[in-house]
Amino acid sequence: MTQSIVTARRRSNRGRGINLYYLPAVVLLLTFIGYPFVRGIAYSLTNWNGFSPDYSFVGLDQYIRMLSDPRVLTVLVNTLIYAVGSTILQNVLGLLYALLLDQRLRASNVVRTIVYLPIIVSNLIMGYIWYFMVRYNGGALNDVLAAFGQDPVNPLADRTLAVLVIVLANTFQYVGVAMVLYLSGLQSIDRSYMEAAAIDGAGAVRRFWSVTLPLLAPSVTISAVINVIGGLNIFAVIVALTGGGPGYASSSLATITYQLYFGEQNAGYAAALGVLTFLIAAVLGLTTLRFFRRREVEL
Amino acid sequence: MIRRVLLHVALAVIGLAHLVPFYLLIVLALRRPGSSASIWMPPMDIAWANFAEAWASARLGTGLLNTLIITSASITGAALVGLLAAYPLARRLTRGNGFVYGAIIACMMVPNLTILVPLYRFMVDIQGVNQRWAVILLHITFNLPMIVFLYAGSLRSIPREIDEAAMIDGAGRLRTLFTVLFPLLKPATAAAFVIVGISIWNDFNFSLFFLQAADVKTITVSMSSFFSQYNSYIERAAAGCLISSLPMVALFLAMQRYFIKGLATGAVKG
Repeated sequence: MTQSIVTARRRSNRGRGINLYYLPAVVLLLTFIGYPFVRGIAYSLTNWNGFSPDYSFVGLDQYIRMLSDPRVLTVLVNTLIYAVGSTILQNVLGLLYALLLDQRLRASNVVRTIVYLPIIVSNLIMGYIWYFMVRYNGGALNDVLAAFGQDPVNPLADRTLAVLVIVLANTFQYVGVAMVLYLSGLQSIDRSYMEAAAIDGAGAVRRFWSVTLPLLAPSVTISAVINVIGGLNIFAVIVALTGGGPGYASSSLATITYQLYFGEQNAGYAAALGVLTFLIAAVLGLTTLRFFRRREVEL
Repeated sequence: MIRRVLLHVALAVIGLAHLVPFYLLIVLALRRPGSSASIWMPPMDIAWANFAEAWASARLGTGLLNTLIITSASITGAALVGLLAAYPLARRLTRGNGFVYGAIIACMMVPNLTILVPLYRFMVDIQGVNQRWAVILLHITFNLPMIVFLYAGSLRSIPREIDEAAMIDGAGRLRTLFTVLFPLLKPATAAAFVIVGISIWNDFNFSLFFLQAADVKTITVSMSSFFSQYNSYIERAAAGCLISSLPMVALFLAMQRYFIKGLATGAVKG
């Protein structure tokens, strides 16, 4: 009796001992993410300049300041365009590509590799490659325009076009992720569903909307969430292509946070923008997830 | 028949369109500086010197070496810490462990720039600025959630009887994990190495913030400082872009299967 209690206790203790194995991970995460996160909220309530030992508590002043800062509205809109715009483009294109590759033509594998290749390249380098294409003097785009007798354009100096180029560069780089996700989704669909639908008289379009797309819903969810979070993180492409310019016209929350901190010594304000970015990431990520999850159930 | 032809044409258009940026990069990297020919034309006389000049003036050798050191150390560290953490989280399904697991996964949602200010301050405090070890610790930490996730998922699909059999044979928990379970986790390890490897090798954010001294710069930071200084030497810049992407691209082409499968697993599970 006593002995069995002892064994039982020893067994449960041993079971608990294994929990020590996640200690290093938890310590690292608390040290480099948890602690800075909390400290960031504290900094956002001060007027700290980033290096001086003296600063004071200013309450919500940094947050109130955002309301009257015209740059904040610009970067908010841009960040949403980068996140949502690239998400839509990447998923629509990715799905089209996947449908095409799913036809199992001989060249499919080569095309898959080509579309996938940019994912391996750094976003910074991808930004430079796009810079070579759209730059004013001797860029690939202007060479084409000249061949058709058109005047050269300078997209990176244009407030709207600069944003568009960044969305395109990002889409080009990551469309392969959506494509591969949809392709594996498509390949896991049982062919008999298709055959049954065809026997019932559904045409190719009808089969796509009523069979393929609903069965792909989980892939859509995953791909959309990944893209939205990824879109909020766009930083290197902007640095490489426009540096956030002209002015602040193509800046995102990420680039302006960096600029305010290192460029303008405005650490308190930069910390507040960091908190704002986090809130947006949480809201946007969860909304996307819930939106698509609900549709999955309906379908 | 017509349908097949159309499908092939569509495929060819997509393939070619996606090759254009790379084609242009190669043309630019190979042509003689100051050439007035269109960037679309393949260069007639090839200027290999662009590569040597880019290598020297952007200090790409140092950059590549630092990137290699940081990437391999971070991957190894993250895989080790992540595997250790995943073991109890996959095997002891208590409520507390469920919470820890959820908290670790939630860290994936924190974009790293949101904590830039306090993180930089903290790095200054621990004297980690311009230190490779500090950036390695950051990479390990920020990639842990993904690795824990991959390993925990795979561990759950391995029957517990295997652990028990090993322990009856006298192996301790650590030994069971590393000599019995780890070999069974190869697909997860491959996926982890691919996903985390690409993200660390190509990292720009952490390297830019924390590695500004000349001898610790990674390849991306070397390229960005070179570019901001000499962006009129466009051919040299293009050659530099090519050199810095080549190692990863070569690895990708050689081990394509693992890359695509690995990234797809990570994405599906993430």
